[in-house]
Amino acid sequence: MKVQLENLTKRWGSVVGADHINLEIDDGEFVAFLGPSGCGKTTTLLMVAGIYKPTEGYIKFDDRVVNHLAPKDRNVGMVFQSYALYPHMTVLQNISYPLKLKKVPKEEMKERAQRVADMMGIGHLMDRKPAQLSGGQQQRVALGRALVKEPNLLMFDEPLSNLDARLRLSMRGEIKRLQMELGITSIYVTHDQVEAMTMADRIAVMKEGKLQAYSPPDELYDQPRTFFVAAFVGNPPMNFVDVEVVREDGDYHARREGFDLIVPSDQGEKAVGKGSVIMGIRPEDMTLADEGIAGEIYVVEPLGRDDLIDVRIGGASVYVLADPTLHLKIGDPVKLNFDAPKVQFFDPETEQSLLWTD
Amino acid sequence: MTLRQRIGPAIPYALLVITVLPIVVGYFWLVLNSFSARTEGLLPVGGLALENWSFLRETPFGRGYPSIWRVTLNTFLVAISMTIAVVLVSSLAGYALSRLNFPGRKSFLSLTLILHAFPSVTLLIGIYFVLRTLKLYNTVLGVGLVMIGFELPFGIWLMKGFFDNVSWDMERAALIDGASRLRVWWEIIIPTIKPGIAALAIFAFISGWNAWLIPKTFTIGAGQQATLSVYLENFQGDTVAVQWGTVTAVGLFQLIPVAIFFLFTQDLLLSIYAGGAKGGA
Ligand SMILES: Nc1ncnc2c1ncn2[C@@H]1O[C@H](COP(=O)(O)OP(=O)(O)OP(=O)(O)O)[C@@H](O)[C@H]1O
Ligand SMILES: [Mg+2]
Repeated sequence: MKVQLENLTKRWGSVVGADHINLEIDDGEFVAFLGPSGCGKTTTLLMVAGIYKPTEGYIKFDDRVVNHLAPKDRNVGMVFQSYALYPHMTVLQNISYPLKLKKVPKEEMKERAQRVADMMGIGHLMDRKPAQLSGGQQQRVALGRALVKEPNLLMFDEPLSNLDARLRLSMRGEIKRLQMELGITSIYVTHDQVEAMTMADRIAVMKEGKLQAYSPPDELYDQPRTFFVAAFVGNPPMNFVDVEVVREDGDYHARREGFDLIVPSDQGEKAVGKGSVIMGIRPEDMTLADEGIAGEIYVVEPLGRDDLIDVRIGGASVYVLADPTLHLKIGDPVKLNFDAPKVQFFDPETEQSLLWTD
Repeated sequence: MTLRQRIGPAIPYALLVITVLPIVVGYFWLVLNSFSARTEGLLPVGGLALENWSFLRETPFGRGYPSIWRVTLNTFLVAISMTIAVVLVSSLAGYALSRLNFPGRKSFLSLTLILHAFPSVTLLIGIYFVLRTLKLYNTVLGVGLVMIGFELPFGIWLMKGFFDNVSWDMERAALIDGASRLRVWWEIIIPTIKPGIAALAIFAFISGWNAWLIPKTFTIGAGQQATLSVYLENFQGDTVAVQWGTVTAVGLFQLIPVAIFFLFTQDLLLSIYAGGAKGGA
């Protein structure tokens, strides 16, 4: 099922939950809503589910406006962060509750619930109460309950954030595989960018109720359209340095005190003559080298596979990934080689990208 | 094991025993006295006797006074109707206060709390005039309404606390699963707060069972309408000497259902305080 949000807005008095959100989700697509806490992800989701009434705008399923439909008439499934299982019901009763409400005959109900439970690997737990299950098992029951009525749209609200790291990793893969097999259009809310990047076909980045970007993961990563997106996506995060771009002898230079980098003309010509601009560069797009821009190590943070080092260049500071076997120490002088085609430029006033605008 | 290690764990128990002792002694005396002809201090004088319990067979006050069984039935009916009314109104009002946003919700809530804390004795005279104006003075209905009214602030506040503890997500999940609002309330929310409802029911029952002040004041007092507490008071007549033996026996008799209740519902009663405290904030 195709889902469209048009100018979707939710306000409570002066509090804005979602602010004129426009996006379209194709049939069978897996979309992640990504953003910091309080940016309106849950609000948007609950409007799509029919729990909240939009203040403004439209929700369309397959080009049909569904604003007025009650949740039960939308045929959507939802998995909550808190699982929201019914504590007084067994697993079987939990999973079959949506079918019971649809007045599916008893035998068929049991059969379908069992099939979904088997698919989720909890088929042997049908007689237990939720309190007798582990967090991961509860999560599967919640997923089973959302799936059993064969919804046209599946929604997840931070479904994995209560699980430990290892389980999160395996559930991530399972949810993704399940979604692809069943081909159900899905919205997945998370503030974990790794989840969003690995699972989603497209990511909608939100901030303070507004849609900041809506694009496939790699594009989001390589061509961030706003400063916020650039800063939010990626771990360790992108480095930002205030520079001025000038043209000299046909080359574009990004300059500040103690810093001079020649950037490709594609980028340079868009940032030149704009006064002070924000230059962005990801930690993995710089390397320690024999030649390059000189700096001094300020902090070394071992991450295991890499060391994350904070290098001071003049008054600026950038994080760089380095080989731990180099045994770098605080105070060591280093030289940085920039992968110049990877730099980003942002307007400090509007916080929009100077490179990726339409 | 050193002496200290042996004594250490015993200290809390010793303290508990010391605190509880007066209460235990009190109950012990009550039981003992009801089965004795006379007591001196904690010792029965003249051996054990069953005559104090003769009120079970015939009323000690002669003709015109109801039998103890009639009085017990009255008390039971008062307590049961009170339980049903309080639970029903509290759980509906508590749900509304917890979940719905309506004008006046805040002030209603604080009013409920104030009323709960209000010493009801101070209202007696006012209520007397109200009842008389409404021609409800000296009727079972009038007394019932007042008693329910006094119990409701506590009940509503308590139920609101329990509803507050039911996650919104669960309610939303049920709505998305396809249930109507009323069905969610009945099939999902009420079952999850069953302990709260049971506990409130017990509280309401006991306070109806033990009620004295209000039945006494707006009386269904003496005669055929009497409840146990009021009946008990007949023993303290001005003209005859008080028969303490019989008083203790009737008191003990009144205590039996309450004691049984407490025995079976201790866990629930504990959860009411836990739940109420969490939700009341
Ligand atoms: N029922 C409500 N009444 C008033 N304001 C609300 C309500 N629900 C949400 N808000 C506000 O709307 C904004 C968005 O909230 P929302 O729950 O959608 O955030 P979120 O992106 O899901 O955050 P999180 O990652 O913490 O779950 C917040 O500022 C929140 O305070
Ligand atoms: Mg949320």
